Amino acid sequence: MNVVTLSQLQFAATGMFHWIFVPLTLGLSIMTAWMETKYVTTGDETWLRMTKFWGKLFLINFALGVVTGITMEFQFGMNWSEYSRYVGDIFGAPLAIEATLAFFLESVFIGVWIFGWKKISRKAHMISIWLAAGATNVSALIILLANAWMQKPVGYVLRNNRAEMNDFLAVLTNPYGWIKFTHTLLSGYALAAFVVMGVSAWHLLRKNESAFFKRSFRLAAVWGFVASIGVAVTGDFHAVEIARTQPSKFAAMESQWETKRGVGMNLLLLPDVARECNSIEQLCVPNALSFLAFKDPNAEIKGLKEFPKELRPPVTATFISFRLMVGLGTFMILASLAGIILSRRQNFEEQRWFLKLMAIAIPAPYLAEQFGWLVAELGRQPWIVYGVLKTADAVSKSISTTQVALSLLGFTVLYGLLGAIDIFLLVKHAKKGPDKDLSAIINVQGYLVTPDAPQTDKDMAGIINVQGRA
Amino acid sequence: MDLSVFQIIWFVLWGVLWAVYFMLDGFVLGTGFLSGLLAKTDTEKRVLINTVGPVWDGNEVWLITAGGATFAAFPTTYALMFSNLYSALLLLLFAMIVRGVSFEFRSKLDSPAWRGGWDMAIIVSSFLPALLFGVAFGNIFKGIPMKNDFATLNFSYDGTLIGLLNPYGLLTGVLFVLLFAVHGSLYAAIKTTGELSTRAAGLANRLWLPLLAVAVAFLGYTYPATRLYDNFLKAPVLLIIPIIAVVSLLLVKVFAAKGALHNSFLFSCLTIVFVVFTGVTGLFPNLIPSNIDPASNLTIFNSSSSLLTLQIMTVVALIFVPTVIAYKIWVYRIFRARISGEDVIGNPEAY
Ligand code: HDD
Ligand code: HEM
Ligand code: HEM
Repeated sequence: MNVVTLSQLQFAATGMFHWIFVPLTLGLSIMTAWMETKYVTTGDETWLRMTKFWGKLFLINFALGVVTGITMEFQFGMNWSEYSRYVGDIFGAPLAIEATLAFFLESVFIGVWIFGWKKISRKAHMISIWLAAGATNVSALIILLANAWMQKPVGYVLRNNRAEMNDFLAVLTNPYGWIKFTHTLLSGYALAAFVVMGVSAWHLLRKNESAFFKRSFRLAAVWGFVASIGVAVTGDFHAVEIARTQPSKFAAMESQWETKRGVGMNLLLLPDVARECNSIEQLCVPNALSFLAFKDPNAEIKGLKEFPKELRPPVTATFISFRLMVGLGTFMILASLAGIILSRRQNFEEQRWFLKLMAIAIPAPYLAEQFGWLVAELGRQPWIVYGVLKTADAVSKSISTTQVALSLLGFTVLYGLLGAIDIFLLVKHAKKGPDKDLSAIINVQGYLVTPDAPQTDKDMAGIINVQGRA
Repeated sequence: MDLSVFQIIWFVLWGVLWAVYFMLDGFVLGTGFLSGLLAKTDTEKRVLINTVGPVWDGNEVWLITAGGATFAAFPTTYALMFSNLYSALLLLLFAMIVRGVSFEFRSKLDSPAWRGGWDMAIIVSSFLPALLFGVAFGNIFKGIPMKNDFATLNFSYDGTLIGLLNPYGLLTGVLFVLLFAVHGSLYAAIKTTGELSTRAAGLANRLWLPLLAVAVAFLGYTYPATRLYDNFLKAPVLLIIPIIAVVSLLLVKVFAAKGALHNSFLFSCLTIVFVVFTGVTGLFPNLIPSNIDPASNLTIFNSSSSLLTLQIMTVVALIFVPTVIAYKIWVYRIFRARISGEDVIGNPEAY
């Protein structure tokens, strides 16, 4: 293997690992903020316990999102220095802006949220989780605008041996990026909803804290359904945009070899790359593909044969990833809809088959997330910046195969270890359930129950004692 | 305003970002690698970790910002610095990753073996960055063996990881370690109570003399090893910067000996900032010099972004950096109280 392949593998491995933790952060942070808001506005302590329990899960997950993110930022320079030099004028700015605008906010206010229970008023405490959660969402927007620029470069000129920005607004308003952002963000919300539903189902099966987990489940089912519908709708926008801007990716996603008008969609399909055709084509919905892509049943779709072989992405992997993502998305819509209906029933805890299904369905959105990135990034190959720069030309010149092989090995071992530990802690905490003893929470956060929390340390200590014993 | 003005603005910001990063993460790294010496019991270890708990991630973001700003303002420098120093940065990266999760995971299980393992991890993963940053900056001051042709885009580098461990690089590494050690023990002293605080203050006092010795050696060795003094000789008024660094370092001891630890900590902040400023001023207009061919130096002029990008970034920095500083000060005020054993025992929120 050469430096390019190894660097690709390393980028994919570290990126996909970062992406195990990021979507849950995006969704669960907002959900926790929502729960705390409910607590602050209603004073109902179940909401406080929910905030604590789901918030703790969010934090264990967050830790790995943070540390794996630094790797992403370093790798552009370490492995892709030609890329960094060539497009840094455009691509560097979002990364720097993301740090100043979003990372500071989220890291600082997460700290306030974790350690501030006894130090600030409950309103200020609630605001800090909103700031942190909002910042994670803003950071997603900025990084996805950067990523979208690689998919659909806008607002630049080729000058001085590199791509230079000439229209910042175009970069910020890149439609590709905004579609990517909504699709990705909603997918994170959907994923978090499925995690909450799955964990709740696991406890409901054991008749553990039923009221607590029923409420959690109901909330999550609604979130999950709305978000999953949103994911499908924005996914369709995505496909339409790709059909216009990245025809080679679109053809690979659909395994379409010939350029034709009025193309149908085969529900059963298997590409045969060697013979440049499909070995199975069954259950065709006539004109469906042309309609989905261009909202015109007779539109022309470019086939893969339109492109020279070396400019085609890996067809089978792109195609299968896309089908699996869409399949899992369809499942998520149906499952969350069933969740809404069943969780309103009195005998919800008796629906054991459904609860079991939801408990084992937790990996489904995770897989869909990974397949999504595979579609986006594999489908863009061999370009690193679509139509502008090839991946093979983007790699660093001063690094050796040995260096990258060793670093890839290092990442695999380190990430494998940390991932195992983090998942162990997440499962352990999820299984333990919320703190049983409500008085323990009140003891520690006694002041939270009073409407006007005092501001100085001394006063607070007094109140905690008084209320703690009460 | 023309391009060179913005290039200079970003050079200054680049220096400021690194200086603030070292000032803030310096005490986190310092308390981290000294935690084995400072804390005797499990509770004391938790107290130490909780003194940095609310702030360590926010402090680390200064590093991410410094990296991001290098990428945005000087992409060619970002590209060549990160790829040329690949192996060293990788070690740094691994250490930063382990450090972050160690804080987070250590107290999540009640087993002594688990906690012991993470305690070790904290010590190693805090020491390594302190040393590596020093070694890296020493080599940047000195120049690295690269040949760059900006017209034909031929860039080459023939250094190695071991090559970075030259005497000057190592000396700078030791300087950083000692700076952060004194800084970290002062922080621990002002953020904890009782014996732990006394022990930390004692350590700061004892480490000061070795720090002074290494600082003097560094200032001396810099003359033959680097060209940092050229700028100061050209414009002697700039000497005020290293003078502030030296005076601050002396005041650290004056106040520490009197037990005025808050003041002492304040001056150790200033020491770190002005040590970095001294190096960066000496580099100007280079970001990374080459030690084999002056024409290959990466300067703010041959490696910067376009005017438009620099202008946009300047606006962003002018709005957001002060905002960040404002809310960070607010947060440090919220968490200004000292932390004691009672604060962490039985507190489910603590690390
Ligand atoms: C759609 C969202 C998204 C995407 C595509 C990425 N990240 Fe990420 N990243 C986040 C969303 C996010 C986040 C949700 O905001 C995280 C997770 C946990 C956290 O603290 O913030 C984060 C953390 C995080 C951090 C640590 C911040 C800290 O210390 O607080 C860095 C440096 C990066 N990321 C950098 C990157 C880079 C360079 C990426 C591109 C290759 C990238 N991320 C992809
Ligand atoms: C975090 C989620 C992400 C995942 C899971 C991911 C996944 C991937 C994968 C699988 C590849 C490898 C393609 C191949 O091997 O041929 C790749 C390549 C790449 N992606 Fe992403 N990506 C992510 C986010 C991003 C973002 C946000 C950016 C830009 C900001 C980005 C930029 C790149 C670059 C520079 C490469 C270069 C290497 C290559 O093209 O092979 N990626 N990514
Ligand atoms: C239900 C139907 C869905 C459709 C039609 C759809 C469509 C798409 C398309 C076309 C892309 C490629 C974008 C590109 O190449 O830039 C994509 C990417 C992606 N999808 Fe989906 N998707 C669906 C469901 C899901 C689900 C259920 C998830 C996860 C829960 C998900 C997560 C992602 C992610 C993370 C990406 C990569 C980021 C991006 O490019 O937006 N998608 N999706």
